[in-house]
Amino acid sequence: MLELKGLAKRYATGDLALDNVDLIVPAGQVLALIGPSGAGKSTLIRCVNRLVEPTSGTIKLDGDDITKVRGNRLRQARRQIGMIFQNYALVERLSVMENVLSGRLAYVGFWRSYFRKFPQSDIAQAFKILERVGLETMIDKRGDALSGGQKQRVGIARALMQNPKLLLVDEPTASLDPKTSRQIMRLICELCAEQNLATIINIHDVALAQQFVHRVVGLRAGAIVYDGPPEGLTPEILTTIYGEEDWTTTHKDNDEEDKPDNKGVEAALLGGHP
Amino acid sequence: MPTTTENNQPIWMRRTPARQYAIWFMWFLGVMLFLLCFKVVSDNTIWEFLTDAHVQAASLIGRMVPPDWSITGSLMLPLWDTINIATVGTALGVFIAFPLAFLAARNTTPHPALRAFALSVIVSSRSINALIWAILLVTMIGPGLLAGMIAIALRSIGFVGKLLYEAIEEIQPTPVEAITSTGAGRMQVLAFSVLPQIMPAFAGITVYRWDINIRESTTLGLVGAGGIGLQMNAAINNLAWAQVATVFVLIFGTVIVSEWVSAKVRHAVI
Amino acid sequence: MSASNAQVDLARVAAAKGGNWRPLPLISNRNLRWGLNLAVLIYIVLVYYSVDINWARVAQGMDRAINFVSSFFTPDFVTRGGEIAVGLRESLTMTFVATVIGIALAIPVGLGAARNIAPRPVYFFCRTIIALSRTFQEIIIAILFVAMFGFGPLAGVFTLAFATIGFMAKLLAEDIEDAQNEPLEAIRATGAGWLQWINYAVQPQVMPRLIGLSLYRLDINFRESAVIGIVGAGGIGATLNTSINRYDYDTSAAVLLTIIGIVLMSEYLSGYVRKWTA
Repeated sequence: MLELKGLAKRYATGDLALDNVDLIVPAGQVLALIGPSGAGKSTLIRCVNRLVEPTSGTIKLDGDDITKVRGNRLRQARRQIGMIFQNYALVERLSVMENVLSGRLAYVGFWRSYFRKFPQSDIAQAFKILERVGLETMIDKRGDALSGGQKQRVGIARALMQNPKLLLVDEPTASLDPKTSRQIMRLICELCAEQNLATIINIHDVALAQQFVHRVVGLRAGAIVYDGPPEGLTPEILTTIYGEEDWTTTHKDNDEEDKPDNKGVEAALLGGHP
Repeated sequence: MPTTTENNQPIWMRRTPARQYAIWFMWFLGVMLFLLCFKVVSDNTIWEFLTDAHVQAASLIGRMVPPDWSITGSLMLPLWDTINIATVGTALGVFIAFPLAFLAARNTTPHPALRAFALSVIVSSRSINALIWAILLVTMIGPGLLAGMIAIALRSIGFVGKLLYEAIEEIQPTPVEAITSTGAGRMQVLAFSVLPQIMPAFAGITVYRWDINIRESTTLGLVGAGGIGLQMNAAINNLAWAQVATVFVLIFGTVIVSEWVSAKVRHAVI
Repeated sequence: MSASNAQVDLARVAAAKGGNWRPLPLISNRNLRWGLNLAVLIYIVLVYYSVDINWARVAQGMDRAINFVSSFFTPDFVTRGGEIAVGLRESLTMTFVATVIGIALAIPVGLGAARNIAPRPVYFFCRTIIALSRTFQEIIIAILFVAMFGFGPLAGVFTLAFATIGFMAKLLAEDIEDAQNEPLEAIRATGAGWLQWINYAVQPQVMPRLIGLSLYRLDINFRESAVIGIVGAGGIGATLNTSINRYDYDTSAAVLLTIIGIVLMSEYLSGYVRKWTA
């Protein structure tokens, strides 16, 4: 369970990116963080694993305060928090297997990781996860030889290798086509359910979020302006989050966008793996 | 490939064992070569000299600090000469390198034989340090600025020529085709399709080489080819290390300024 | 500024309509353009008066110049063959030892000089080392090291290694600063330690270029080893210098051709290695 209390971040430039955010995410819950660009979504999740240092407030993971930990204890905290990135963030010149195993770095010593001598249990786990995301035949492909969807699956596998309690997901579908986006979202949500992970997903695509998540938090100018079920996102609420726009046509537009791909989407929705 | 199963456990290795051994073997060869080379160096070294190296170093630095600022004024003219050697040398070198690059580039050369000739000029010029050119020129045309300028020019031909012909080989072919298809002559094609594409690279390369030439021209005086190196050489021969230190400080300042100018200009043209 | 530009453009358009089109000048600001032209003119005049050329001496030297050029067609590898071989062996071994040591030291300095991964004080410290190493030509460093360590190839090794540090560390640091940031963030987010982070996120991104640069530096060091011998730091430079001073151009040509040949070879070699590590 993740607890954020009074979290705030002011950058050196003076911009207030997060303004007194309180948020509790219980285990097993998938939460979508929506909001316009620059609302502080990315800052929020980067504060949780301290890639960005919060200015004030506290972060507790399963009761442990990780707001100020440093050195070894910071690495211990980070290894409990998996992160999935918008641009996959694979190390492109490493193989798929090396990328996945890099999720275990905080569990092994430097020399073991340097010579790629990971414990057998790690290797077994990596194979299991790669099988789960459908990439078990690709282990020796280099990161830059994969398609966008495959890269994101490797990114997911790397995050899961950490055996995390919490998953932070930053715009997982922004660089993917609509069909792959749905597959990736489904995969993330299924994995979270299987492993009972608390999950925060930053996402731009409101319709996609509504389709998959349990709870939606709307962020505007660094403050929470909506916190509730996905069905509660009325046009009025969306206006408070994003500003004035004709929200009634959102869904229809999205559907039309997908049309050329509709068959694949249908198959994906039915759980088939094309 | 390197996956197998053992007792129902998947095994993963980064490389196949054969490849891994090959890599270890290469490392072993490299280390052996290093040790062998080190032995040759060591055999030709009088290690006794090294026992008092720290004393020598300390006394050297002791005599250099503080620098003798009184000679600063008399160093200004040699410094001006140094900058001239670099600038005129660069201009001369670029003047020759420019047509040479067109002869050396695969896509603009008129004839393969000319290309081979141009390439051999470029590689000869690149292989030989400006200081060696300067020694040669001083024995030929006597000591002085001219020898320095020509030495810098001869070294710059190879550098500018190489980078420029690589830039020419990397241009987009479509504009060349377009201009050729208008019925333009050979020179017109070069002027309207190739030249505009390589001009920024050309300016950048020239300024970059000028920056390097400033550094190189500071030492040409050591062999009599003019500039601030003459004063440095005299001071070293007189063991006047405080004066040497002054020269060093001036060189350091000049190089920092020239690097700054070069970075600014390259930023502006690219 | 922009208003005046627009006016100039209108005037150009009008002139062009009248059949009087001119190509755009390289520098659009008229004052700057003329100022630069004037400055170049003044500079040429100044240089002309500060370079004092003794044309009689130059004419006298032409014989030697022709001798030198023609000696490239009759290089003499034999008469001083022993000296050339010894000098070459010393140059090659110095080059290799110095390059290895230089790169080994340049890697930590380069890591420290990369703005995106090094803390501020370390960054400034490493940048200072780089600036010092890059400013002074190898020959100057060689003079100092010969004074400290005595004549011989050891001074040469130290010289070349020192120069290698500045060169490699600067380019390595630039390469690290250009590395993709997302993988750096991602590996940090896994809780990796600092060394693991360098090994998994930084090293794969910079390795091909590091190898290419190392080979390039090996090539440069060999060329420099031919120079630092002049001041007593070992290598083939001493042989070359002696032969030039004796006007024994046939031997000089032999040495120079050897250097050119080795540089050519190393160029081919590094081309192969680069393809291989891409």
